[in-house]
Amino acid sequence: MSMIEANNLWKEYGSNIVLEGVNTRVDEGEFITIVGTSGCGKTTFLRMLLGIEQATRGELLLNGKPFPDEPGEDRGIVFQRYSVFPHLTVLKNVMLGAEFHDSRLLGKLFGAKRHAAEQQAREILASVGLDHALERYPHELSGGMQQRLAIAQALMKKPRILLLDEPFGALDPGIRADMHELILDIWKKTGITIFMITHDLQEGFYLGTRLWVFDKVRLDKQNPNAYGACITYDIPVDRADQNTYETIDDSLDASKKLLTDQE
Amino acid sequence: MKRIMNQHPERMLRIALGVIPFVLILIVYVVSSNARLAENPRDKLLPSLSSMGQAVDTLALQPSKRSGEYLFWQDTGSSLTRLGLGIGISALIGLIFGVLNGVIPYARANLSPLITAVSLIPPLAVLPILFIVFGLGEVSKVVLIAIGITPFLIRDMQSKVMELPSEQLIKAQTLGASTWLVIVRVVLPQVLPRLIEALRLSLGAAWLFLIAAEAIAATDGLGYRIFLVRRYLSMDIILPYVFWITVLAFLTDYLLKQLSLRLFPWFHASKH
Ligand SMILES: Nc1ncnc2c1ncn2[C@@H]1O[C@H](COP(=O)(O)OP(=O)(O)O)[C@@H](O)[C@H]1O
Ligand SMILES: [Mg+2]
Repeated sequence: MSMIEANNLWKEYGSNIVLEGVNTRVDEGEFITIVGTSGCGKTTFLRMLLGIEQATRGELLLNGKPFPDEPGEDRGIVFQRYSVFPHLTVLKNVMLGAEFHDSRLLGKLFGAKRHAAEQQAREILASVGLDHALERYPHELSGGMQQRLAIAQALMKKPRILLLDEPFGALDPGIRADMHELILDIWKKTGITIFMITHDLQEGFYLGTRLWVFDKVRLDKQNPNAYGACITYDIPVDRADQNTYETIDDSLDASKKLLTDQE
Repeated sequence: MKRIMNQHPERMLRIALGVIPFVLILIVYVVSSNARLAENPRDKLLPSLSSMGQAVDTLALQPSKRSGEYLFWQDTGSSLTRLGLGIGISALIGLIFGVLNGVIPYARANLSPLITAVSLIPPLAVLPILFIVFGLGEVSKVVLIAIGITPFLIRDMQSKVMELPSEQLIKAQTLGASTWLVIVRVVLPQVLPRLIEALRLSLGAAWLFLIAAEAIAATDGLGYRIFLVRRYLSMDIILPYVFWITVLAFLTDYLLKQLSLRLFPWFHASKH
């Protein structure tokens, strides 16, 4: 049985059809990268995996059961921004996961338990390269360091699924390369299932084991929301060659052009 | 020449420019006061600085003949106690309901319309009701301040909670937080500095309600004293009292600001 299964999944906001007829299966340990024109429903799909949006038709299954309808510890998330807590130091940002788990009343640990949580947080922070910044506040960190922190927070919970919504979109190219190594390293060591949205097709090809393209199959120029997007390409990345890359690039450009033309 | 909108005064000049209006007002006052007193030494409208000093000396440094109290300090103490109680209670209620409304949709649906309605009642219009219900003692004055500023505080706290990025609240849930833990570890610590900001904004209103209540029914307090001596046209007491109230208002605001800088450095650093 697949870990995640979408059967004829639709998502509509009133008359605005965002996703239509999404069908897919994902096995544990896959690294799925998602590309697509802006506004085509990638984030919406991720929010359904998070549990904060529900399908309007069809079904989305986790281990054969309907997806939970709210966020939970088994699915970690890193957004493009605002994923870390500005009022806590780096170390405390990461310890929070343990404190939520072990102290249901105060959300704060003391004594030996605190010491253990701190130790665990230090190790994780070292693995993402933030061990020199434990006592700093997020506003004292660069964009790349903030994203490392957001990843470290999520790792503290040992989630089975990690959701990344354009996590490196705001970073400089050099720093992005470092982040790519970090995320690949985490994926290899933990065997976690990753869904990562990116607007950089090359990044998608480089990181994923499988690349999805979200796009509208049918396009109505007068009414772009009349049809939704689905997964138009689902490519095992190791088999992809330069040719597919260019075909996808062209098809994305084409629908982007159609959408911008009519504005 | 640069546009005037692009010209900035040097530090010393800036300070001087700020001080000049105060000095001018003082000079105009002293000159006019002298002129009036030269014409009529018993004029009460613009008392000389020395007669104001005299009045302050009598009220602040010498015990009252009637009660043996130092009236100036007694007035100050009573007013500040009422103000402190009123603001403290309002802050607590504002924080609790603001956070509940901000975080929990059911609470918001249930309470928001009521709070909006209450906030539209002019507080001074219910003062007679307060006097009838709570009597003329301390309670009605504290309650007036609370009624005056609490609805604003609740609504402000609620909107500050709702302005927190939803990403943060979602992230906390993926880290295993219950609603309660989101409130105590994510929301509360982040709205406390915003509560202090809101309190600083409502200080003016709090003073207004305090003085209004004291003017109508009290036996001491800064507002009581001003309205009492008004009958004798005692400008030599009223003016120093108004000045003192202004100083107190400034100090409360300043202390709240320092407290916030001290307790929440991350808030002030990440704001800019
Ligand atoms: N809460 C919502 N209510 C109404 N429409 C929404 C909502 N969230 C997203 N949408 C619409 O869904 C479409 C897809 O958005 P999104 O998933 O964010 O796109 P992407 O992440 O691919 O850029 C957009 O047209 C957006 O306007
Ligand atoms: Mg998006």
